[in-house]
Amino acid sequence: MIEYQNIFTQVQVDAPDYPGVPIGKDEYNRVGGITHSWLAGKFGDAQIGPIYLGPFGVLSLLFGFLAFEIIGLNMWASVNWDPIEFIRQLPWLALEPPPPQYGLSIPPLNDGGWWLLAGFFLTVSILLWWWRTFKLSQNLGMSNYLAWAFAAAIWLYLVLGFIRPILMGSWSEAVPFGLFPHLDWTAAFSLRYGNLFYNPFHMLSIVFLYGSAILFAMHGATILATSRYGADREIDQITDLGTAGERDMLFWRWCMGFNASMESIHRWAWWFAVLTVITGGIGILLTGTVVENWYLWGVKHGIAPAYPALDAAPVVDPLITETQP
Amino acid sequence: MRQIRLRATATAALLSGLILTGCDTPPVESVQRGYRGTGMELIASPDDLAATVANNQVPEPQPPVPAVGPKAADIYQNVQILGDLSVGEFTRLMAAITQWVAPEEGCNYCHVAEGFQLDTKYTKKVARVMIAMTQRANADWGDHVGNVGVTCYTCHRGNNIPEYVWAQDPGQAHAAGIMTASQNIASEAGVYSSLPYDPFTAYLDGAKEDDAALPWRVAGNTALPNGNRSSIKQTEWIYSLMMHFSDSLGVNCTHCHNSRAFYDWEQSSPERVRAWYGIRMVREMNHEYINPTTEWLPEHRKGPLGDALKVNCATCHQGAYQPLLGANMVKDYPNLARYTLAKKAQPMDDADASEADQPAANSAPASASEAF
Repeated sequence: MIEYQNIFTQVQVDAPDYPGVPIGKDEYNRVGGITHSWLAGKFGDAQIGPIYLGPFGVLSLLFGFLAFEIIGLNMWASVNWDPIEFIRQLPWLALEPPPPQYGLSIPPLNDGGWWLLAGFFLTVSILLWWWRTFKLSQNLGMSNYLAWAFAAAIWLYLVLGFIRPILMGSWSEAVPFGLFPHLDWTAAFSLRYGNLFYNPFHMLSIVFLYGSAILFAMHGATILATSRYGADREIDQITDLGTAGERDMLFWRWCMGFNASMESIHRWAWWFAVLTVITGGIGILLTGTVVENWYLWGVKHGIAPAYPALDAAPVVDPLITETQP
Repeated sequence: MRQIRLRATATAALLSGLILTGCDTPPVESVQRGYRGTGMELIASPDDLAATVANNQVPEPQPPVPAVGPKAADIYQNVQILGDLSVGEFTRLMAAITQWVAPEEGCNYCHVAEGFQLDTKYTKKVARVMIAMTQRANADWGDHVGNVGVTCYTCHRGNNIPEYVWAQDPGQAHAAGIMTASQNIASEAGVYSSLPYDPFTAYLDGAKEDDAALPWRVAGNTALPNGNRSSIKQTEWIYSLMMHFSDSLGVNCTHCHNSRAFYDWEQSSPERVRAWYGIRMVREMNHEYINPTTEWLPEHRKGPLGDALKVNCATCHQGAYQPLLGANMVKDYPNLARYTLAKKAQPMDDADASEADQPAANSAPASASEAF
């Protein structure tokens, strides 16, 4: 028997063309035709389009494209415009921020200037896109949870590439654009500032990140498990609890003594996700600006225990006992 | 539908299988080297260990000979640094060096038939520098090489040029005008990270007095800011060098460091002190001994930027935490562990030759060229 399930849909969710609800004077922002995709229907709604772009969407894409081009062309130039090397070494290539000697001044284009420009365009693009999510929510009569959640991520982005470098007085403190390079930067950042794992905001960010993942899994599994009782119509269950929501809540209450409600689980998820980047941004912001070595900070505040030394005679810095010939 | 699912499952299985081939074959062995629960452990794959053991076998020593009899300097001409050896010892060492460095070419790799004393071939001059360098390492750098010491074989392993050497890296060809920050390409030196691709020129080649100015200790050593302006970019340079250390010795960070506080000496293992001396030893080898050969080395023995091929950790270690897994070869060749300058050095054609008489024990040669 064919049955409808939420994610692994065995029947197509498809209907005649539907442009969406009227949105008044901003109607012109809604552009593009409507097509139907069988593949899309396997994962969600089979209807593709129309899309609400608007002037902010267009500008955002334009600035995003500029940043993307600057980054990509700099990467390509760094392998002498060799298309094969560009593909082969792509994960290693980067657009690097200026060297430390430039501080916060504007460096020549070829020595970090392109980084500054790309960062500016990317930031403009992201902020315009944020405004678009805000506006789109308003047009649909929604409140602004989406826009504020996105703003939380932008906070972390701005701390890494803009706010902290300014507080440190050097653009060179910022993250390079590049796949491996930004990961190497992250490791070097932790090494430079004495182990980020002792940064309590880093700890919180990890808690919320992993917590987000487990909440996502718990919630998704719970709803799928009871969709046969109508749990996928979550809003109905929030306002008028039925047997699906009842079973969900009983499961978790019996499992761990406490359960979220059909409504509050979404607040849990939202706050966990949002706090991941808010606390992460605070942790980055404090690093180097007010804390120099997080391990020593941890020792000072009693969160880093001392262990017995490796050997009977502890190792001494050779600069103190130097016997160099 | 079932077929599609089958195909998808098969593809997923194949893909995950392919990805897993990049991993070490389990089980991985770990050795605890610190207080429990601190993660101070060495991790090694048994397959790699077996390969390391196979790659680090030591050749049979030459049959020993007595140290008595006439000195090499009295019998042979132009013996500049091995003059204090008996003729027997001298010949034995020459035979060993041939076996270690030029087993196929034989004596003619360095010597010419017109006269073994002639410095016609650059290889003979290089050998002289290398012997002096080896004696220096064994005699004065015990803090790094310990009692085990090094011989020619430690690096050469039967090759004319040791397998692992380095020269200044010009980096990836790039568009004119663009600055590359000396990083962000697939870097072999940084073990295929995107870290700076030539940490050796920066850290492993230079005068002793320039050592202190280099960004070694980038991490803060106080809880709160204290004016340390070391940048993350500088951190990436030393990080790249450390990747080389790890790769060259086949060890993870915790061989030397307690990774919760990389900077802290008191929580480090004694190997970190050994490595600290190793860095200084290698800097001296490159700066005092190898660089002066650049003047007369043939072009094909130089790197792409015209500098001589130099030493780093991998040159001796070759993937083992101790070169040759700690086999002591110096005990069979004690003359490589002491200064054996000729009592009556042959006059050389340069002015420095007169200084060759001074035994250098316990005094660093200001410039290695003085000793040759």
